Amino acid sequence: MGRKSVIRAESINKFFQQPVPFQVLKNISLDVASGEFVSVMGKSGCGKSTLLYILSTMDTDYTGKLYLNDQLITGLQAEQLAAIRNEHIGFVFQFHFLLPEFSVLDNVSLPAKKLGRKNSEVIREDALEILRMLDIGHIAEKKAYRISGGEKQRVAIARSLINSPSIIMGDEPTGNLDSKNSANVLSIFRNLATTEGLTLLIVTHDKDFARQTDRTITMEDGIILP
Amino acid sequence: MYKKLLWFIAGMHIITRLKQSIVAGLGVTFGIATFITLISFMTGLNGLLDGLTLDRTPHIHLYNETGPTKVQPLDLVAGTPTDWHLIRSVKPKPQQSRIHAAPTLIKAISTFPEVAAVAPQVSTQAFYTAGAIDLNGLIAGIDVEQEERWYKLGDYVSPGSIVALSQNDNAIIVGAGVAKKLSVGIGNKIQLVSPRGNSLSLKIVGTYQSGLAEVDDVQSYVNLKTAQRLIGEPDSYITDINIKLHDLEQAFPLAQRLERLYDIKAVDIGTANAQFDTGTSIRNIITYAVSITLLIVAGFGIYNILNMFIQEKMNDIAILKATGFSGADVMKIFIIQAMTIGLAGGTVGLLLGWIFSYTISRIPFEIEALPTVTTYPINFNLTYYFIGIAFALIATFFAGYLPASRARKMDPVDVLRRQ
Repeated sequence: MGRKSVIRAESINKFFQQPVPFQVLKNISLDVASGEFVSVMGKSGCGKSTLLYILSTMDTDYTGKLYLNDQLITGLQAEQLAAIRNEHIGFVFQFHFLLPEFSVLDNVSLPAKKLGRKNSEVIREDALEILRMLDIGHIAEKKAYRISGGEKQRVAIARSLINSPSIIMGDEPTGNLDSKNSANVLSIFRNLATTEGLTLLIVTHDKDFARQTDRTITMEDGIILP
Repeated sequence: MYKKLLWFIAGMHIITRLKQSIVAGLGVTFGIATFITLISFMTGLNGLLDGLTLDRTPHIHLYNETGPTKVQPLDLVAGTPTDWHLIRSVKPKPQQSRIHAAPTLIKAISTFPEVAAVAPQVSTQAFYTAGAIDLNGLIAGIDVEQEERWYKLGDYVSPGSIVALSQNDNAIIVGAGVAKKLSVGIGNKIQLVSPRGNSLSLKIVGTYQSGLAEVDDVQSYVNLKTAQRLIGEPDSYITDINIKLHDLEQAFPLAQRLERLYDIKAVDIGTANAQFDTGTSIRNIITYAVSITLLIVAGFGIYNILNMFIQEKMNDIAILKATGFSGADVMKIFIIQAMTIGLAGGTVGLLLGWIFSYTISRIPFEIEALPTVTTYPINFNLTYYFIGIAFALIATFFAGYLPASRARKMDPVDVLRRQ
């Protein structure tokens, strides 16, 4: 491939202690290179969401090694991991997860304000530009709880893009949308991967979605199928 | 920038849950308002009651005490190891009530750094005579200026004024009971007869009312010279020396020192009024206990509401954490929220407390003992307002701390997985 690795996992093992001791992930290793659009498929309970949470640094209760941009991030402090998430990882969840009382613009801007690299004016401009790119510029001032489901998911995507992250991770981002909106979200992702060269790692159920990606990783019972 | 962001999020939370925030704030408001009202009223009343006695009492009182001589001549003889001296039925020696070399003593004591003021006094018994009646009385000859400045004698003179006493060597301020019994008033003359038979006719310029009937029935004030004239003694004749100190705490050690130095009886205020100190401190303890209980209840209100709020905001917390806010950030947001509520509630509480105590201070309150007091005494001491707001902040900090640290520890994965 020759391309730079964005996220690399080496022999990740994960156990659940409750309700009964159970190994969710068995010796998982994977590598996502820069500019790749990767999907993870598998049945419910195969551990794909769990893997995503580990890759996203939110779950630190695992064994193995995790590298982001070739730097080891396993074992870092919670504060440092939060800073890494803020700067390098964008998230899109199944249930859009916006702050309902905040405006769309605030929702998109918050991670950038937390990062604190740019002043509020620039952040505002950036956020508006991303919203416009996703065709939702007109709802920027609306409260997040007043917009439709499809719009919410696009706002979530806009938020994940605001800090120009190294990778965008999605946990079934189309799982809760109708086919029209699903297609829309998929085309946005496809577009970002092709034109902007963004790296994406998306967990999905949707075969049609997976077919559109560069590479599909299939999981079953805690292992990656070859 | 980054601080502003946390404030922005906390502020947004308060605005979107305004009603709950106000309810939580009201808990603090009432706690603080009650604290301020209670403590202003209680300390005001304490001050008044203490003033009744303490203002009138010298910090150290010097006089000659009648009593048996402590060291009897026999004690000077060395005893044998097997027996000891025993003298039965020791009688006191007749003693002058005059303090020896009083003017020199006063001058010497005035130079002590602890001493604020030294006032001489001549006390003597006398009879008030009106027609065929002789009334027993106590006459105090005072240095009017000192007495007014350090012992607030004027506060207890009504009607009449203490100024007239200093200007007139033939003036007297009589106890209210005396005036009533003799049926005399301001402008009337009264005849005084000393134990040795000297008689003096004095003009009444005021009545003195301490509130204690047994005092008012006998006590009268004249100026120092008049008293000396009444008993036929020279200017240097002084029976009592009253000392005010800068620091009350010094009273006991200084009294002991004076006793040793000048061979005179010295009584300090703590010994003379032990029960007053106790009364005051118990009243203060009660006030603080009630106020702190109120504030703790208010603290629980905040704890409750913040807890509920965090439960409701689990999703928001998960999002903030997923998008890169650290646990400490999230905690700060909730602490800011709690303390903003505490500060706002506390400030309103201070204002409300001030309004309440001001209202109380306008309510008429007449007591016999203090003719100059017409409304309830309130102590508008700023210290209590500082204590109030400090306590509001501390209480809300702790009330917010527990729920906030729960939010800090909350694992976003748990929330995400639950969906």
